[in-house]
This record gives sequence, C-alpha cells and structure tokens, in this order.
Amino acid sequence: MCSGGTLSILRSDSYVDLSQYRDQHFRGTRYDQERLLRKSCTLYVGNLSFYTTEEQIHELFGKSGDIKKIIMGLDKVKKTACGFCFVEYYARGDAENAMRYINGTRLDDRIIRTDWDAGFKEGRQYGRGRSGGQVRDEYRQDYDAGRGGYGKTVQCQLLFKWC
Amino acid sequence: MSRRRHSDDSDDSDGQPHKRRRTSEPSEIEERLESLICRVGEKSNSSLESNLEGLAGVLEADLPNYKSKILRILCTVARLLPEKLTVYTTLVGLLNARNYNFGGEFVEAMIRQLKECLKVNMYNEAVHLVRFLSDLVNCHVIAAPSMVAMFENFVSVTQEEDVPQVRCDWYIFAFLSSLPWVGKELYEKKDAEMDRLLSQTESYLKRRQKIHVPMLQVWTADKPHPQEEYLDCLWSQIQKLKKDRWQERHILRPYLAFDSILCEALQHNLPPFTPPPHTEDSVYPMPRVIFRMFDYTDDPEGPVMPGSHSVERFVIEENLHCIIKSHWKERKTCAAQLLSYPGNNKIPLNYHIVEVIFAELFQLPSPPHIEVMYTTLLIELCKLQPGSLPQVLAQATEMLYMRLDTMNTTCVDRFINWFSHHLSNFQFRWSWEDWSDCLTQDLEKPKPKFVREVLEKCMRLSYHQRIIDIVPASFSVLSPANPVCIYKYGDESNRSLPGYTVALCLTIAIKNKASNDEIFSILKDVPNPNQDDDDDEGFTFNPLKIEVFVQTLLHLAAKSFSHSFSALAKFHEVFKTLAESDEGKLHVLRVVYEVWKNHPQMIAVLVDKMIRTQIVDCAAVANWIFSSELAHDFTRFYIWEILHSTIRKMNKHVLKIHKELEDTKARLARQHKRRDSDDDDRSSDREDGPLEEQIERLQEKVESAQSEQKNLFLVIFQRFIMLLTEHLVRCETGGIDVFTPWYKSCIERLQQIFLQHHQIIQQYMVTFENLLFTAELDHHILAVFQQFCTVQCTSKLFMFSLLCG
Repeated sequence: MCSGGTLSILRSDSYVDLSQYRDQHFRGTRYDQERLLRKSCTLYVGNLSFYTTEEQIHELFGKSGDIKKIIMGLDKVKKTACGFCFVEYYARGDAENAMRYINGTRLDDRIIRTDWDAGFKEGRQYGRGRSGGQVRDEYRQDYDAGRGGYGKTVQCQLLFKWC
Repeated sequence: MSRRRHSDDSDDSDGQPHKRRRTSEPSEIEERLESLICRVGEKSNSSLESNLEGLAGVLEADLPNYKSKILRILCTVARLLPEKLTVYTTLVGLLNARNYNFGGEFVEAMIRQLKECLKVNMYNEAVHLVRFLSDLVNCHVIAAPSMVAMFENFVSVTQEEDVPQVRCDWYIFAFLSSLPWVGKELYEKKDAEMDRLLSQTESYLKRRQKIHVPMLQVWTADKPHPQEEYLDCLWSQIQKLKKDRWQERHILRPYLAFDSILCEALQHNLPPFTPPPHTEDSVYPMPRVIFRMFDYTDDPEGPVMPGSHSVERFVIEENLHCIIKSHWKERKTCAAQLLSYPGNNKIPLNYHIVEVIFAELFQLPSPPHIEVMYTTLLIELCKLQPGSLPQVLAQATEMLYMRLDTMNTTCVDRFINWFSHHLSNFQFRWSWEDWSDCLTQDLEKPKPKFVREVLEKCMRLSYHQRIIDIVPASFSVLSPANPVCIYKYGDESNRSLPGYTVALCLTIAIKNKASNDEIFSILKDVPNPNQDDDDDEGFTFNPLKIEVFVQTLLHLAAKSFSHSFSALAKFHEVFKTLAESDEGKLHVLRVVYEVWKNHPQMIAVLVDKMIRTQIVDCAAVANWIFSSELAHDFTRFYIWEILHSTIRKMNKHVLKIHKELEDTKARLARQHKRRDSDDDDRSSDREDGPLEEQIERLQEKVESAQSEQKNLFLVIFQRFIMLLTEHLVRCETGGIDVFTPWYKSCIERLQQIFLQHHQIIQQYMVTFENLLFTAELDHHILAVFQQFCTVQCTSKLFMFSLLCG
C-alpha cells in the first residue's frame, strides 16, 4: 500500500527539466521537438573556449557516464572550433547526471552550460551567426579572450574606425 | 480566515495554512495536503510549534473527507523524510490527542508499511519507520511497554539458527539506532527488560564475525581515528548514552513544548510484531565501517565536535546522510539544507558536512551516489560559505594526503578524481610546495603516486603546458608526459626497420583515401616473422602486419579522438581480419600501447571503441593488462580504469541480451493471452513459430554471453593469482618482506574487483571456488576471497558455513 509512493518535493529534478530554448531550425512541431528532448541522450554544451579540445570535453563529461560521441561546433567559414559542442551518451541516465552535476561548473576556467538537444543532424555542427561563428558572438559587446576577443559587430566597428 | 480564490496559493507567505472553503479536484487537494505537510518545519516567520499546531488543526478538520490521503502522506513522510522525524511524530501526537481513532489507524498503517518494506528488502526505509514508531512513544501515541515488546522480538532474531549474520545485524541495528530518540523513556518504564535486551545485544555483538571489516575500511591504520565496524561503534555510543543516564541533548524535540496536551492523550499498544522469516529472496543491507576523519582537535576555535562515541555524533551523521539522500538530485537545495541543519552554532557544522560527504565518497564498495555529485555539491557549499568552507576542505585535503600511506587503493582513486576535478574549478590553485616531502620518496610510494596521478588528471582537464606552469619546478619529476604519439616509422633513421617501406606506402595510400581492399593488397607484401606458422591461404597471425598497419593508421589519425574513431571505423574490415585470432587481438592492443603510451586517455578511448566495434574482446583486454609489456604501468590508475570499464561493458552486454529475451518472452505470453481470449479458430500455434525461434536464439545468446562474462572473470582472477603467487614465492625465498607498495596495491586491486562487481561474481561463485580459490592457495590470497564471502549478504547457507568452519 504505502511502500511504493513518493513525495513531490523529493521528485524535484529541476536541472533535468527542459529549458525555454527551442531550436528554431528544428524540422517538426514544437510537440515533436519536446518529445525528442525528453528522451534525448544528447546534450548541447555552450560557452566553451575556442581552445577547448575534444579530449578535455571527453574527460569532463565522461564523469557522468560512457560517451558515445562528441561533435565539436565549428565556424561555418573557417571550420575551426567556435565554442560549442554536442555530447551524446549511450544512456539517458548518464546525460541526466551531466545536466545535474556538470552543467554550471567550469571547463577551461569557464562556466559551461548544458542543455538538452533533440539529436545531432548534419549541418548542426556549424555556427549560425552571420560571420560563421555562433550568434551570441556576433553582437556581444564584451571582450572575451577565449572566444576571439570582441564580438563580430564590435570588431567590424573597430576596423572601420581605424580605416 | 480569509476566503481564498481557487487559483491562489493555499498558504500565506509565512507558511501558516488556512482553511479552504472552496471545493477543488481531489488530486489538487492531495497535492495541497502533501505540500502543507512536507513544508512544515521549513524556514518560516512563525515558530515551529505554532505551525505544527495550525497544521494539526487543518488536518483534523480534513479527516472526515481525506483521512486515507492524510494517512498515506504521513506514512510516506515517516519513511522518506527521516531528517524531520521529530517534527512529524509531534504532528501525529497532536492528531492522536485530538482524535484517538486516527492515532490507532495511523499506527496500524505504519505496521502494515513496515511489514511491506521488510518483505521487499527495503531495509533502510524500514529503519526510519522503526525509529518513527519509537519516537511516537515520546509523543504518547504508543505505549512504551508495547515498544519494548517489539524490540524484544527484534533482538530474539539473534537466536534464529541458520540465517545470515546480516539479518540479525539489521534487527539489532533497528533496535539500537532508535535508542537515542526513545532510550530514556523506555528505560524509565521498563528498565529490567531493557537491561536484558542490552545484555542479549552485547553477547550477540561479541560472538558475531567481523572478517569483512578490513575490506570495508578506508584506512588500514587505527590512528588517528579507528575505522570501526558500524555496529561496534553504535554499541559504544549507546553504552555511553546509558552511562549518561540516557540524557541526550542534540535531537530537536518539538513535542516537549506540547507536553501538557500530549500527556492527556490515550496511547495505543503496538500489535505483537513477528519479524518476517528469512527467505531465499531476502537481501539485507551490507555491513559498513564508520568513516571518521575529524575530532575536536581539528577546529580549536569553534564549537566542540561531539566525540566519536557520543550519541550526538551518530544523530548528526544520520541526519546529514538523510538530507543528502533526500536532495541528491538538487545540488543547490541539498547544499542549503545541509547548511541549515539545526544546532549549527553548537556543533562545527562545516566539519560534520565535509566528513559526511567524504564518508559517502569513500564508501566501500561503492558510494551511494555518483561520484561527480559530491564534487559539485562541495562546490555549491563553497559558494554558500565562501568564508569558511574552503578552509575546512583544504584542511581535509591536507589530512587525506598525510594519511595516503594507509588509504585503500579504491579510495585513493576517488580522492584523485575528486581533487583534480575540484582544482579545475578553482584555476588549479594549490600550495604544492607543502607537499615537497613526496619528492624524495620512491615514486611507487602512495604520496608521490597520488601527486603524479592528480597532475595527470589535471592535465586531462586542461593541457600539458598548464600543468607545467602550475607546479614548482621541483615537481617536474611527477609531471605527466607530453601526450604525444610515438610513431616508430616516422624518422628517416628508422629506414632499416622491417616494414618501413610498407608503412610509407600505407601512409600515402591512406592519405589518398584508399579502400580496405587496397590496404589488404599493400599489406600482402609484409613478411611474417613467424614464417613457419604461415599458411598459404588467407591471413593468420602476422605481428608485423599488425604493427605496420596500426602504427601508421594511428599516427595519421593522431590529431583527435574523432579522427582516430573515424580511422577505426573506416578500416574496420582490416582490423577485424588482422585481429581475428586471440594473438592478433593481443598484438593490436600492444601496438596501440606502443604508439600512445604517453597519452593514457587516448589508449582508454581506443580500447573502448575497439571493444564496442568487436575488434578486440574483453578477455583480450584482460590478458593485455596482465601482460609483461604493461608491467611498468601496472599500478597506474588508467590501467584499472580500463579494466573496470571493460568489465562494465561486458556486464551491460549480458543485461541487454537478457532484457531482449525477457521482452520477447513477454511478447509471446501476450500473444497467447490474446489467442486465449479470442474465439477465432483461424489463429493457431503456427503463429508462435517465429517468436519461439527468436526466444531460442536469444536463449543461446544469453548463455554464450554469460559464458564470456564468466570467462572474463576467470582470466582476471587467474592472472591475479599467478602474479601474486610469483611475488609471494619470490619474497619468501629471498627472505624479504611481502608487503611492498606494489603488493599492497595489487592485493587491493584484487579486492576492488570483488567489491566493484560483487553481484556478478556472486553468480559464478561455485566455479571460482572450485577452480581457483581452493584451499591450496596461499593464505594471503585466499583471505581476500573469504573476506568477500562474508561481505556478501545472500541466503546461501553454504557461505555461512564457510564462515564458521
């Protein structure tokens, strides 16, 4: 009668819940995307340094379970690392533990962020910013040595200033 | 009471519950009731007492309509929120005072729940229920004599014959661990009976076996803190409590404030409780060793830490462990709950928290939760207490380092993983010079070994130059190698090596996107050093072919893991052919090692990939690890990571096929059921055919996988026995001491195999006992096996007789 039940406060698993982000390029309905996200074994990892290697990512994310595949995010033009990647696990539970314990901790001295991904598809390894990198690096105003310095727009402005 | 709209929160911001006059959906009511009950005792503007009183009033009013829901919720919090035990016993006490029948029904429900838990082997939760019942004596819900009677039945389990020791252990533990809460009351009412129970307990504890203890201790040394067996420690704590006349000052007892109300209440008698009998399916909790690393001398300026045999220490540790168990998924909540544990100005809470976390992290055989959780939890705690917790953690790290010489190898592994990961979150800042003492020691000794392994792990999380930069120059002897690939055909000066020209040829071909067939034809020209074994037809084991191909390919793909994985995938056919024989598999692994010995991480991922793509099998990896080529690296951490990962893959594989078999059997059963309920004559047994065939095939697959699994462990144990026996014989004939650092490491690695994979090994025990762990074995090695048997908690009676004689 009683030994099976639990309490909702103990069921809370906020680190594993879906975030607000939905991939605008996803082919399918919102519902399809959410269904995939809820059973996905793939994580998007953001705020990486451009210099962070696959080896480092493997070492860190390997702490929550066996990794099936890592796909480094690339600048669409330069084909060099542009600060994000996908990590796919064999088991959903291992991906959940990464969301609980690796998300929000540091890699290469940077707080990295993980989020559920509906699954890698060819083309998704490229940045979607106009200049080839990630969108966030197009418009940001700060100087980030690990992500190419100033944002692209700012870089253009500076260049223009000196011409 | 204000009238609330349906959509409003049921509570005020001060946590004071209000009566609801609207009707809502039953599940919403249940949610609200659950929320009210769970949240009582949390931070609030009102006192705990007034919140409890208010909640008791609300629940009493809801009893006519929602009694069964309330019963269910209260039973569940009793089972799952033991850290708030006394809050809820007080609540039940107040309800019982207002409604005697409800109190009776609650007690009955608890007993039913207790019986169910015991039947399904939920022993940890059962302890919480027993403790809850005993605290209900303090709340005048249960009559003391009936509680004593229940404990009498518990203790009499020690008189049962032919049962596993761990069964008796649990009943004694359930009795003793309730006494901090209720010892005083029970002793006041029934001192003679209690004395008898305590003396029966004492004689049981004296005669029980403790062979398992060394296997579960984190340190082998007794100084500065003895690593006590958990029942021995608890017994000392209860004896001290008795000597102090059962005065216990740590536990928060809200019911004391309600004494005048509660003592008017009528009490219930517990029904006679017969412990359910032992069965084949009973699985009792494993014995434990209590981890201690701090005492009152470690925080001279703060509040005094309760002594190791004080009951306060027991209660604090129990509660902190329970908090982690409740909130392990929510690291911020967990950290906050730990830090808001009551009494934090009377006890050095930070020290208790750090000790409890390390106790879990180092627990043998395994931590209760995934290792990385503890790293992140400690980081959250540092964020919440930046002025104090980091210092305690640094102090703890220093102490753990100082005691490395006697620390169990498995625990050292976890210490290495924790410390390197922790440092990577804090820019690798550490006072390495403080540890310069290790530089003068033999590199195989625990301290320099630890520092080496930590630096290697730190490098994996960053890069080589970073590590060179963060340590003093004197530490270069311990710094990891630059993880570069070693290609034997790379230099012009290696021209004379056999296979050099083929290697060049291969390099060009691969760069030009050659196919597997083209590779085969290039390799045809490689002579076989084992010329006489060579057949004319097809490929046999040709070590030179393997060498040239694997060296060249891995060198070309050295840029990253992904490049190497692509290479393995592209030329999978070549690999499979070259590594067809057992010798071939072994040689592939040897060459991988030769190429990548500077980059253990790469070796590990390549071995993993090769197993998963069936280029090598698990037994080959096991043989390779014990081969003479790897002797130099045998005690390095990465070797054991590879071996355990290999065993886990094997285990997962068996489980997967087993599940497939069960699923297919279930499908067949469903099909039968459908046919039975279907009157249609057209359907027939014919339809079962494909499924039955599939089941047969899967059955074979399962048997074959299990056979492979058993064989893997056989190989591992055999090789261990050979290695250890060699060492023991050499020492005996040479007259030197057996206990070298290498020996300690090796024996503990063997123990680690047993402990990490005990459930699987259990299945093949008979084979291992008959083939390997026979009485002729050296007693040093046999002892490991025997200790393992005592740690295992099964119903197999023959194992118990093994213990006794």
